[in-house]
Amino acid sequence: MVAVFESALSEALLDPERPLPSSLRAAQPESADRRFAVHRNNMVAGLVEVLRERFPVVQKIVGEEFFAATARAFVLRCPPRSPVLAGYGDELASFLAGFAPIRELPYLADVARLEAARTRAYHAADVAPLDVAAFAALAPAEVHAARLKLHPSVEIIRSPHPVVSIWAMNSGELTLAPIGDWRGQDALVARPRLEVEIRALPPGGAAFLLALAGGMPLGQAAERALREHADFDLTGNLAGVIRAGLACGIAGNAATEAAP
Amino acid sequence: MRTGSSLPPRAGVGFKPAHFHDILNEPKPVGFLEVHAENYMGAGGPPHAQLAALREHYPLSLHGVGLSIGSMQPLDRDHLARLKAVCDRYQPASFSEHLAWSSHDGVYFNDLLPLPYTPQTLVRVAEHIDQVQTALGREMLLENPSRYLHMAESILPEVEFLAELSRRTGCGLLLDVNNIFVSSTNLGADPQHYVDAFPLARVKEIHLGGHHVDADGAGAPLLIDAHGAPVVPAVWALYARVIAHTGPIATLIEWDNDVPEWPILRAEADAADRILADTARASAA
Repeated sequence: MVAVFESALSEALLDPERPLPSSLRAAQPESADRRFAVHRNNMVAGLVEVLRERFPVVQKIVGEEFFAATARAFVLRCPPRSPVLAGYGDELASFLAGFAPIRELPYLADVARLEAARTRAYHAADVAPLDVAAFAALAPAEVHAARLKLHPSVEIIRSPHPVVSIWAMNSGELTLAPIGDWRGQDALVARPRLEVEIRALPPGGAAFLLALAGGMPLGQAAERALREHADFDLTGNLAGVIRAGLACGIAGNAATEAAP
Repeated sequence: MRTGSSLPPRAGVGFKPAHFHDILNEPKPVGFLEVHAENYMGAGGPPHAQLAALREHYPLSLHGVGLSIGSMQPLDRDHLARLKAVCDRYQPASFSEHLAWSSHDGVYFNDLLPLPYTPQTLVRVAEHIDQVQTALGREMLLENPSRYLHMAESILPEVEFLAELSRRTGCGLLLDVNNIFVSSTNLGADPQHYVDAFPLARVKEIHLGGHHVDADGAGAPLLIDAHGAPVVPAVWALYARVIAHTGPIATLIEWDNDVPEWPILRAEADAADRILADTARASAA
């Protein structure tokens, strides 16, 4: 069946300039637009609210009003493709990167990437992280060839801006203060248990974790990190991975390879 | 085999994470909890941890808002599979959805949109209900929508459309009493006539909620189904009229926006429970 009414309503919802579909009637015809506005508002205002909840720090930086206007533009350009709205806004960062009105805030898109990763980590699969004992069981000769399976919540965001400091100061984790030393930061996002953790990685840490995530054995991943940062510290970074609960399996080691 | 809907004939509330500790700390303040299925379709994390903890103590009503059953386009099979996964994981006492559509050509509109009631749309919606009930292996409940406008193509009354869907597919009905009041006011109809014509024997759950009162710009009230306020007296009266016909039925208080402190929501549920208890006593006497 040709669903003419459905196409007509969809087009009117996605383009506020379009006239009302002719099949919609009100007892007082002049009230039809106001009545259809309820549907437009449910869609646009409802989705702006979803974005507001997912990107509180972006909103804090640009202010409520500017955020609402930006989010409305985003909703009409990139409406959801799924009824599961936990993932809605994954493309907000790339939208912001090309959004002329915020050219003076070049770091904003990376803050959005960080907040999007934070929600993905929040909803990621629950898998128990490996404990220290699992690593202690590795024979020294096995360490270099071991492949770590990273926790499904782990994401790395690399930025030419101090994205973690900006996020922390605007989310209340740190006091708001001028950032004197404006340098790029690599953010680690992970939720090994119930709380999402966000922190800046040490030099070479991002290259190391991305290599591990790509399936590289520890030894090779360390070489990759050293090439990027001569002062990469394998012992410190590996201890950090274990302490932060970022690994949930060691390939080639039967005791810890069991599927979650 | 199809599992029937089995919510207790008590008042329940829509679960909001802000009330998690209040609900767990009180011994059985409500008869059941309802959640939106789409909020539990992530892989893991705190939402599932909370729902799993609540599920140990409460019957669950799973309420979908994104299946787009009223669409003339095919159902989203991936979404149906996600619903099945949530049902398998939490074994809800009931699954319900709306007589409305929310997706078209792959875009999700985040709203419950109206469809015209015709013999052709009836066939299509019945096919979708069959498909859902087969996929989930359970009876589903279909909810009457809030309406703001007439549709020129509609030729069947909504009550008849719902009754026929229930007859053809065996699905139960979810009667949203606030939606009756909202739609009737907006479309210039009598809400009591709607209730009196409704196939009440097929009703397995009732929704009550607050609406927002606006004006349509042409001198008439425009009621918006906003779920952000207490249930109004006219809706309580309509509810009592329904319950007097049906006897006690699981009744949900929906409060999704401007969510109040727990005691306020609980008081609304208590008010529904009192009406349910009075009806039970009256029919026993």
